[in-house]
Formats: sequence, structure tokens, C-alpha cells
Amino acid sequence: MKNIQKTLLVAAAVLAASTSMASAAKLTLYCSAQEDWCQSMARGFEEATGIDVNMTRKSSGETFAQVKAESSNPKGDVWWGGTGDPHLQAAEEDLTEPYVTGMRGELNDWAISQATSAGDRTIGIYSGALGYGYNADLLKANNLPEPKCWKDLTKPEYKGHVQMANPNSSGTAYTTLATMVQLFGEDGGFDFMKALHKNINQYTKSGSAPIKAAGRGENTIGIVFMHDAVKQAVSGFPIKVVAPCEGTGYEIGSMSIIKGSRNLDEAKKFYDWALTAVAQTRALEVKAYQVPSNKGAETSPSAPDLSSIKLIDYDFKKYGSSAERKRLLKKWDDEVSTLPQ
Amino acid sequence: MQAIAETKTGSAHPTLLLWLVVGWAGFFILPWYGVEDSVFTFGWLFEGYPLDDDVAPGFFQGISGKKGWLLPHLIFLIGPIFALNRPRSDPLHAKILIICGALGFGWLIAQGFSIGIRGWNFGWQENLFGPLGDRQFGMGTGAMLVASAFLFILTQGVAARGAVNGDIFVVGAIGFVITIVAIFVFYPIFNMLTSAFVTQDNSYSISVFFEKFTDRRLWGLGCLQGGRCGAAWNSLVLAILVGMTTTVLGLAFALVVTRTGFRFKRGLRALTVLPIITPPFVIGLAIILLFGLSGNVTRFVADIIGIAPTRWVYGMPGVLIAQILAFTPIAFLVLIGVVEGVSPSMEEAAQTLRANRWETFRTVSLPLMRPGLANAFLLGFIESMADFGNPLVLGGNFDVLSTEIFFAIVGAQYDQGRAAVLALVLLAFTLGAFWAQRFWLGKKSYTTMTGKGDSGVHPLLPKGLAIPVYAIVGIWTVFTITIYTMIVYGSFVELWGVRNDLTFKHYITAFSIDFTQEGVRKYTGSAWDSFWTTLQIAAISAPLTAAVGLVTAYLLTRQNFAGKNSFEFGTMLSFAIPGTVIGVSYILAFNVPPLEITGTGVILVVSFIFRNMPVGVRAGIASMSQLDKSLDESSLTLGANSWQTFLNVILPLLKPAILAALVYSFVRAMTAISAVIFLVSAEYNMATSYIIGRVENNDYGLAIAYSTSLIIVMLAAVGLLQLLVGRTNIGRRHSRPSSKN
Repeated sequence: MKNIQKTLLVAAAVLAASTSMASAAKLTLYCSAQEDWCQSMARGFEEATGIDVNMTRKSSGETFAQVKAESSNPKGDVWWGGTGDPHLQAAEEDLTEPYVTGMRGELNDWAISQATSAGDRTIGIYSGALGYGYNADLLKANNLPEPKCWKDLTKPEYKGHVQMANPNSSGTAYTTLATMVQLFGEDGGFDFMKALHKNINQYTKSGSAPIKAAGRGENTIGIVFMHDAVKQAVSGFPIKVVAPCEGTGYEIGSMSIIKGSRNLDEAKKFYDWALTAVAQTRALEVKAYQVPSNKGAETSPSAPDLSSIKLIDYDFKKYGSSAERKRLLKKWDDEVSTLPQ
Repeated sequence: MQAIAETKTGSAHPTLLLWLVVGWAGFFILPWYGVEDSVFTFGWLFEGYPLDDDVAPGFFQGISGKKGWLLPHLIFLIGPIFALNRPRSDPLHAKILIICGALGFGWLIAQGFSIGIRGWNFGWQENLFGPLGDRQFGMGTGAMLVASAFLFILTQGVAARGAVNGDIFVVGAIGFVITIVAIFVFYPIFNMLTSAFVTQDNSYSISVFFEKFTDRRLWGLGCLQGGRCGAAWNSLVLAILVGMTTTVLGLAFALVVTRTGFRFKRGLRALTVLPIITPPFVIGLAIILLFGLSGNVTRFVADIIGIAPTRWVYGMPGVLIAQILAFTPIAFLVLIGVVEGVSPSMEEAAQTLRANRWETFRTVSLPLMRPGLANAFLLGFIESMADFGNPLVLGGNFDVLSTEIFFAIVGAQYDQGRAAVLALVLLAFTLGAFWAQRFWLGKKSYTTMTGKGDSGVHPLLPKGLAIPVYAIVGIWTVFTITIYTMIVYGSFVELWGVRNDLTFKHYITAFSIDFTQEGVRKYTGSAWDSFWTTLQIAAISAPLTAAVGLVTAYLLTRQNFAGKNSFEFGTMLSFAIPGTVIGVSYILAFNVPPLEITGTGVILVVSFIFRNMPVGVRAGIASMSQLDKSLDESSLTLGANSWQTFLNVILPLLKPAILAALVYSFVRAMTAISAVIFLVSAEYNMATSYIIGRVENNDYGLAIAYSTSLIIVMLAAVGLLQLLVGRTNIGRRHSRPSSKN
């Protein structure tokens, strides 16, 4: 059924396909980064190697669920991109393949420590620090001081000016919650979230929505990953990016080879290629300002410099576990989200 | 559906033979399971056919010993041979066909559901038969042909026993419609129902359902004390408000068009078409650009009054405004027919009895419009419940069910069970509204068109009513024109609110074409992929929708058979199911064998067919009840069978209904988002989901430019089709009297 009607849809393409039946090397890529970045990586690898890439883009949560569901009959080869937690979880559940690449010498330490903590089943490909951005025009129009620290955001003058995503629906916002708990201790962290709650004008569904709203002038301050804020600034919106003075948490975007991959050789080729400086520099073309894991990859002058940011020692293992995640989210739901604003 | 007429002589059974051959071909020749590339590339012939597990036909899968459960199909494919040489009147002929068809079909379904990618699908089977040691994937061409063969063998058996006058075509058509509705409407909904009870370790528990059902985020009433209310309450209140407002507005429009001397009626009608062909969230964007914190109107007003601009539009006010703008035309289109249909003679009778205009309107005209008002309200209610785009861009902290369902699936929580529970609540609301509407209308008669001469003129509106009606229509008109001006303007602005230079940049990014030196075109614009996919999917699903809808309408108006009422309910059910629910249920149902079609174009086409089929059915019923049954009868008396009658007599007279169904399903396929957003894939991306991706990326210029282009494409398509409808209408007027004689 599937195939009959599929053919109707692409009758022309089918004719073309039937003439070139020689089986070319191919690779099925599950991609969890932004759409245009995924496209760029897939096309780039095709150009570099001649291997056909069949790319599917889904969020990291969805991809994890898919890889798990397909574990008895894996259809994907490589899972590239998306925040590190689900990659670590996949490694824990033996859904991904250990692989030690020859590229490690070119990588930053944080990328390799991600690999060693997961028994070489995953590796860091980019990283981004949490922070916030504000719309400079709106801040000025409202006569507000420039915020510099996390604690500044809880000051009463910012009431109704701050936006963040809902931790229940967004990985970014969960990272924020986990960062506060690690930065200020569990009680201090929740006190901060409660004080912040009073100033929040909207909990958005998607992680980067707050800074996009700020760019358009629909919101003043958005708590997001800093590379998302940089992207808005580079696009021409009046956004200023802030690395909070107390220090901040971060994510490590990861890559894994799926266990039982049907095209293991091609998967390894992609894995190695994706860690090269050339491949990682492609991020700039699609305005992805994460910090690349390859030390030699070019970065944009407007991208945040991780070495100048005070990063906390984020415990990915603990705060990525589903038990801790559930506990914190429930606590946030019960103690923070119900408070009047 | 290729049931070809059977000659009624002797014991030759060409239709039966045809389906037997189809069944054998499916079992012995074509790959049983879905192959990776398309069947028609014939790549599978070179991949170890016919013995390799991936591409082997059912027979070879069976005798190779591993998949022995496929062999029983053979018995039921051989059985009907013994019916071939018996006359139809022989009870054994019917018996063999019914037994073979039913058991074969049943066995095929049973094995498909029992054995999945991990062997046995159910724990009790494993306990009973022990571990299987093998597995199977989604069914392919072979299985599909065998299944259709069994189905039509069964219906021929039923027909041979004398059901519906032994009419093979009608019984086959009924069986076919029941089967596809069961597979693509009832099965996914039922499947979703069960997934609401699944616990984390894949067992079933009622407490899981109640835990998710009684969630504070669903039913909380915090907004009464300054907090936030649950999504269920928000959706319900919003839908009721939208339903009522759009009904009142739609009625005002209909009254202006039919009962006043208003001069620009044509312009008004044209204006009401616009929102229907607009990708829904575009209106939301325009509202942000006007009323948002930095919106033109907000700033302007704030400057005048001297207060700080606020974010008032985010939340219920914004969603309400956007939905009223978007859905009033639907109410108008429903009501215009009803308002026109109220017989002037009744109103004249009231006036003759010395009722003044106001009394006439209140006691005669308005009550007669009740069915229209109820339908308009119901449509507004369901559309609001299912609306996804507007709450997404304008919702703020105002959570509604449709967006909650979406983020339960795609968000970090990835909780399909929660999505299923939310979808059930949504479904309960819409079905409840459906039921309430029927209850309110009761069994009273609202018939005013009797077919007898009815040449009166509608009275003008009473003055006291005309003034507010004019005012409402005026405000709406100005507002709509402003919104659409903003949309067109927005597509030419460099970066809204930041750099207001005019530019073609967005159109170029979306739709650029490179001409190489050999004159070969290359579509380099970023929107082309989704644009062509959308056009293809819309063009494929529109005729299929019309076909399924009209065949169903034919069965409902022209044939009598047991269970006709439940049949009608079944075919209309998908109309009351919001798109979001369809999307979720399709993902849950068709992501796993036996029907594995997620990620393909098929699932999009299928979802459009069953979303829009009820409109085809309604349009078909409406025009078919205008055609006298004596037409069919004379055709049948002259020796034609019902398939020939349908093809040569009914169908040509139905052109307006066909075109109406075509236009509707084409437009809906181009603008729908609520179900589509769950079903698109990298390979088959639709325009609406591409646009919403741009919106999420803060790329308003591109989103609006793309939407504007879509509006123009649809205007052209609708205009073209309307031209055709107009022509056939004239043709009908000439031909009908002569054919009736």
C-alpha cells in the first residue's frame, strides 16, 4: 500500500530512479539540530564523499524515542545533534555503538569528556552556554537598568519584562532550572525560580521563543542559550547578549552511532567527517553560533567565547537522569508555576 | 473499486475471476511486505527475489518455513475456485465466497496485528504459544492486493445471497467504504483510546488515565483567583465565544447580502472568501504586527493616551480576535443558504396577518433559520477547538488543548499518553457539541422549500436591526481589509519593525529560479520543495476525496441497506474530530506494522481524504436529492446495472457537487495545519508546516511572502474551478428539463 501510492506521488522521480539502480553507498541520518543546519550537514557530506544521505529531522526527544522503538530493527545509522541528555541516556540503555575516532586530537576537552563519561558511545560536537538577551531599545524606552546577573532578573522593576520557556516542554528551560539548582543549591535555586516567576510575562513552549519575541519587540528579556541570542543580534534585531555574572550552565550537543547500524562504515565516515574543522565551520553559514568541538573550526566574532564565560561544573549524569528530571519538574510544577504573578 | 459489471447469465463470474487473479498475483508474485524503495522501481527483483525475506511474496515467505502463519491465506485463495462453476443462485456458491472471503480477510488482519517487529505483539500469545523467534514489518503491495481480493470475494458472496437486490457493485462499494472508514477513522481513534491507558512498562492501567485526566494543567480553575486555568476550560470557553460571535457575525453578513439594498454585495462576498484560503496563522502574525507590544496600533494608541504599551493581545483576546476573523466566513457560507432558503411566502403571510417587520423577523424568519444557526455555531466551535496556528503565535500563557497536545508529543516531555488523554477530552467536547446541536434542533420541521412556485421577495430588515448589522459588517470589513493590507505590505518589508525598507528579498529567497545556459531551470528557492509537495498532495487528494465522498453520498441517498444510519454516522464522524486529534491518532496507529505509513506522502493524502470526505458526502447528498429517482429507475429498466447507471446517468448531473468537493478539498489540503504538523517528514514537507517553521525561526518576512503567494495560487485555482462550475450550471439548466421528460 505504502509503495503503490508513494509511487503515484513521485511518478517522475520514480522513472528517474529506475534508470539508476546501481546501489550507491548510503547513510540514514537522524538529525536533531535546526532544519537548515541539518540540511547543510547532509549535503556537505554528500559532496565530500559521494555517499547518499537520507536525513530525517526530529527533536532530540523524538529521535530518542524513535531509536528506542527501532532498537530491534534499527533503521538509522547516525544520530547527529541535539542536546546531550538523550544521547547519554541512549548510551546508558545500550542503544548506541562505542566508537573511538581518530579525530580526538583536534577536539576540545569537553567534547572528549562527554565521550568518556558515556563509554565512547557519544561525543560532543558543539556546546552552548545558557544566558539571556535583552532588547536594548525596549530596555531604554522603559528606563530600565542593564541586567548583568541572574539575580538582577528578579528585581521588581523587571516585572512583566522577562520571558523563559516552560521547563515541561523545553529542554532549554529544563537546563535553566537544573543550572539554578546547581548554582544556588536546591533551596536557593527554587527561591530564585519563585522570585523570577513574579517577573515572567509568559512561559513559552519552545526554548528559543523568548529571544525571538524580544527581537521583534514583543518582549524585553529572554532567557535562552546564548547562541540563540547571538543569532537574533546578527539577524539585525536590537539584541544584547548577557553572560550572567554568577556563572552559568551549558549543553553539549552530541553525536552517536546507532547500534546495529546497517551502514556502519558510512556511519563512521560521517562521524569522522562531522568532527573535522571544515564540517563544523558550516555552522556559520546557517547562523548557528554554538561553539564547535573542533579547535580548528572557525567561529564567528559575534559568537560567545566560552573561555571568557564562567561555566559551572554541570553534572550531566545526575541532571540528565529521568528520575531527577521528573522530580525537579514536579517540584517546579507544584511550587513555582502555581504561584500568583 | 474496480468492480466491473457482471453479466447476469449462467455461471461465468468475470468479477470473481478478476479478484481471484488479483489475490493470486498478490500472494505469489508481489512482495508481501513493504519494500524500501517503491515497488515500481522493480529494484526488489534484484535483491534476492523471490526468496529473500525482505522482498519475497507471501507464498515463498510461508513455505520457506519461517513465516508459516502466511500459508493459511492459500486455502482461502484456492477455495473460491470451487464457486466459479456454480451459478449464483446456488446457495453453495454464496457460502463458499462468504466463508473464504471472511476467514481470509480475518486471518490476514489477525496475523498482522498479532505479529509485529518484536514477534508476538501481546503477552498472552507468548504465554500460549511460546516465543516466536521471528518478526514481520509493515504490509506491502502483495498483502494489500490479497486483502482487497478477500474483501471483494466476501462482498460478492453477500451479494449472491441477495443483499441489496444482489447488486455486486453496491455491495462492493458499501464493503469498501466501511473497510476504509474502519481502517482510517475508527481504528486510529480506538487505538488512541487505548494508548491513554498504557503505563510506562507497556501494561494497561486505568489509574494512568485518571492521573493524566485529573491533571491540574487540564482542569485547574486558578484563573478565577488570578492564577491560570486549565487548558480544557480555556478551550471550552474560547470555542463557545468563537462559535457564538462568528454565528452572529455570519448572520449579520447573510442578512446584509439578502435583505438590504447594500450596493457592494459582490465585494463583500469576495472578502469572505479570503480568510478561507489564508494559511491560518498568517492572520495571527498580522495581529501581532498591529496589536503586539511593538505593534503599530498599540504604539499609536499608547502615544495618544500616554500610557505604556502592554502585551494585552497575548492570550485569550488575541486568539479570540484571530479566530473570529478567520472563521466568520465559514459561518457566513453556512448561513447564506439558510437565510436565502427561508420562504418569502411565510414572511409575507406573517405580514399579511399584520405583524410588523420586527415581529416577522423575530417570530418567523429567525426560528426558521435555526438549523443554519446551529450548524454555524457547531462549525465555529469545532474550528476553534481544532485551531492550532493562532494559539501558537498569540496564545501567551493561555494554554489550549490543541497546542498542549502538540507539545506533549514534540516537546521535551514526549508523553504520547498525555497527548492521547488531551485528544480524548477535545474529542468529547466536539462530539458533545454535535449531540447538543441535534438535541436543540429536535425533530421539528424546518422545511420551507417545497418545489412549488415561491416567487415572493424577502422583506427588508427592520430599521432597528439594520443599523447595528451595518455597523458590525462595516467594522469587520475595515478590519479585514487592514489585516490583508498588512499581510501584503509585510511580505515586502526588509525586517519588520527594525528596517522598514521595501524589498523583494523574501520572494527571491523563497521562489528563486536559476536558468543555466542550456535553458534548464533549477528551482533554487527554499520554498519550492514544500510548494511542489503541497500542490501534488492537494492535487492527488482532491479527486480521491470527491470520489469517496460522492460514492458514499450515492449509497446514502440511492440505496437502502441494513445499518444505513450507523453507516452515515461513521462517514460523518471524522468531521467532528479536530485535526490535531487525527494527527495524533494517525501517528500512534500507523507508525507500527501492519500499516506502516508514517513519514510517507500516503499518510498525508489519507488524512486529507478522511478529514474532508464529509464535505464531499454532504455536497453529494444535497445535489443527489435534487435528482429524481425515476432517472435511475428508467436506466435500470433499460437494462443497465447500477454501476453503469452511476457512471453514465448520475455522475454527469453531479458536476457542481463534484467541483464543490474538489475546490474544498484542494483548498483545505493547501491550508490545513493541525493534522499536517504531525504527519510531515523531511521528504514530504507541506507548505503550512514550512511556514510555521519560518515563523518559529522569527523569519516573518519569508513566512508572509510564502503565504501571500499561496493565497494567490489558491485564488487562481478557486477562480478557475468557479468558472467551470458556472459553465456546468448553465449546461444543467438546459439539459435537465429534457432529461426529466
